[in-house]
Amino acid sequence: MTTSASHRLRSLLDEVGTVDQTGIEERVQKYATRSVKKHSKVFGLKLAVSMVDLTTLEGKDTPGKVLSLCQKAVHPHEDAAIPSVAAVCVYPSMVKHARRHLSGSAVRIASVATAFPSGQTPLATRLKEVRSAVGDGADEIDMVINRGAFLAGELDLVQDEISAVREACGKATLKVILETSELETYDNIRLASFLAMRVLRAGDFIKTSTGKTSANATLANNQVMLDAIRDHYFQTGVEIAMKPAGGIRAAKQAITFLVAVKETLGDRWLNNTRYRFGASSLLNDLILQLEKERTGRYQAPYALSEASGNY
Amino acid sequence: MAQKKSPTPVRELLFGNLWEFDPSPESASPNIDPRYDLFINGKTVVPRSGKYFASTSPRNGKKLADIAEAGAADVEAAYVAASQAFPKWSRLPGAERGKYLFRIARLLQDRSREFAVAETLDGGKPIRESRDFDVPMAAAHFFYFAGWADKLDYLAAGRKAVPLGVIGQVIPWNFPLLMLAWKIAPALAGGNTVVLKPAETTSITAMKFVSILHAAGLPPGVVNIVTGASETGSAVIRHPGAAKIAFTGSTAVGKEIQRATAGTGKRLTLELGGKAANIVFEDAPIDQAVEGIVNGIFFNQGHVCCAGSRLLLQESVADAVLRRLKLRVQQLRVGDPLDKNTDLGAINSPQQLRKIQALVKCGVHEGADLYQPEVNLPKKGWYFPPTIFSNVSMSHQIAREEIFGPILSVLTFRTAEEALEKANNTRFGLSAGVWTDKGSRILKMSGALKSGVVWANTYNKFDPASPFGGYKESGFGREGGKHGLLEYLQLT
Repeated sequence: MTTSASHRLRSLLDEVGTVDQTGIEERVQKYATRSVKKHSKVFGLKLAVSMVDLTTLEGKDTPGKVLSLCQKAVHPHEDAAIPSVAAVCVYPSMVKHARRHLSGSAVRIASVATAFPSGQTPLATRLKEVRSAVGDGADEIDMVINRGAFLAGELDLVQDEISAVREACGKATLKVILETSELETYDNIRLASFLAMRVLRAGDFIKTSTGKTSANATLANNQVMLDAIRDHYFQTGVEIAMKPAGGIRAAKQAITFLVAVKETLGDRWLNNTRYRFGASSLLNDLILQLEKERTGRYQAPYALSEASGNY
Repeated sequence: MAQKKSPTPVRELLFGNLWEFDPSPESASPNIDPRYDLFINGKTVVPRSGKYFASTSPRNGKKLADIAEAGAADVEAAYVAASQAFPKWSRLPGAERGKYLFRIARLLQDRSREFAVAETLDGGKPIRESRDFDVPMAAAHFFYFAGWADKLDYLAAGRKAVPLGVIGQVIPWNFPLLMLAWKIAPALAGGNTVVLKPAETTSITAMKFVSILHAAGLPPGVVNIVTGASETGSAVIRHPGAAKIAFTGSTAVGKEIQRATAGTGKRLTLELGGKAANIVFEDAPIDQAVEGIVNGIFFNQGHVCCAGSRLLLQESVADAVLRRLKLRVQQLRVGDPLDKNTDLGAINSPQQLRKIQALVKCGVHEGADLYQPEVNLPKKGWYFPPTIFSNVSMSHQIAREEIFGPILSVLTFRTAEEALEKANNTRFGLSAGVWTDKGSRILKMSGALKSGVVWANTYNKFDPASPFGGYKESGFGREGGKHGLLEYLQLT
């Protein structure tokens, strides 16, 4: 990183404040010690189901695969008490297939646009991709930020690009993926959160990861972003939503993330317009645990329909 | 951060009851006997007086067990046993003594859940703390000093370290088992024998510890435990057979002990009260500082001698920190200490509760601003909500006296010099905290703060290898680490 780049990052950091690594990692460990049992567990599990962005992002995705994903999104399980998920999340070329299956349902269609996951194409190309996905019927766009520009200290460029994508979204909800593992430090995650939030609308999201790098959502990354959302809300009154993505596979993990939301942002963020999980295999574990609470027994893995890849 | 005084809309977060947690009580059995006798010369014995007193649980006010009250004759018997055991124990090869201590540490780990539940029932602290801190830390102290037992010759180059003899030890009620470990482990590692008196409200884990000594096969008389109130403690301290007295407790009692031991030739270490300053500079990471402030004052209901009970905030960030602190305190769950989700348990005794209530009343009377989150305290037992006083000044009683409860006094400062002046303007000097992003400031402050421990960007962190102790009226002598071990040895 050049000196002037680190200077620009530093001056924004002076404005929004820093994060202490040891302190925040210690803080989030306390969420994991919360013991969530009985009714509170069932409530948490169902809430988590309703917040899932059921995802398939593979080169081998086909209309058929997307159909089965949509089916699972609307009816995750034969038990009707288990709610639909929040959205399906697919590549832009799959949006029109998802639209065919999901018209008339409450499940929304999210699409990763902007040359996901690297974002390394010209802006014009990325914007065109966004407009085309929205035109095909996407309700939500998951974009990636320009990490290269961020690390080079070109913060205005990062922010301007987010603004441009937001314009291209029209009425679609925007989710801004910071790709936390490539930002590397908690300070940078906090900075990038503010850069994004300052040009977002209420109800737009900031999101941890693409799920395509080695490290994905962690409790600590999630906490840095929740704290930033709270501070931004105090400053502006704008309620930004949050989506951790990648690496959340177990129901217990999801509950712990929700405890963090409950204790940081409170009840108004405990719904799927303010919090989502980007995940695929998580859904089956949530169902497994809900069935265990209902019947008292764990089901065999084959009792549940297939997981949709590893996200 | 801009400090404009324009009317901004109030933006509040909603912490309601959308997602309530169900009760989640820890279910392990504490195995508490209905009656505990004294432990002298390797045997449990009935007190000569035949007197017992009740030990009640602060959780619900119910009686847990009858505890023997040791009189002067019992204390005498304990000292006789300890001095008879001393020659053999002190001449045992260090590695052999170490084996006993390692065994004790492992046995404590094996039975950690049982001890955690007993500690919570007896003292009122949340099970999360007794399970994750008290019991594991007690075991860690035995492990640590077990390792030293055969290395005493390397404590000081070219010099030999010899044990002192019989040690009289009196411990407090805030960390009953952990303080027992802090006292017994280094004494035994050094080759001394011990007469220990637990606090009268929290004797149960000390008496349960007797079963661990039995299982470890510790020779009779090496550790003797006499229970009782202040008269028993006085007998332990005044007994002429003691080579050294080690005391942890209040400053008032510490002063009495110093008077009583003056001119007797007994060595003395005192670990007494505190009124620690936790200093937050404007460049500190605010949310982590808030977490540290909460750990500093609400850990163990504030029954901590090194509690960060005076919060010093730099004026430019005072409002921002206070706002986030209040939000954080709303998330603390106050109630049944046995519930795994409880953050703030019961106040140790009705006397302590009355003292806290009186000082809080005094704070309100003196004009400080009181903040308490809405909490539903259990009907039975002794509880007090987490409390924050802001707009406190140095002349307020709540800024000067040790409250020993979940009460935080918030003051502000403008410059590092002013922070230092305020932090050191106290008769105590046990601990302090500094929160800043700037390393040089940490070094400067830690050198100038008159306190035994300075935590930087963290608070209430302990390790058996790290010495702990105070300046001024917080006492003298160190516990833990090499320094703590040397307090139990004579270098020749």
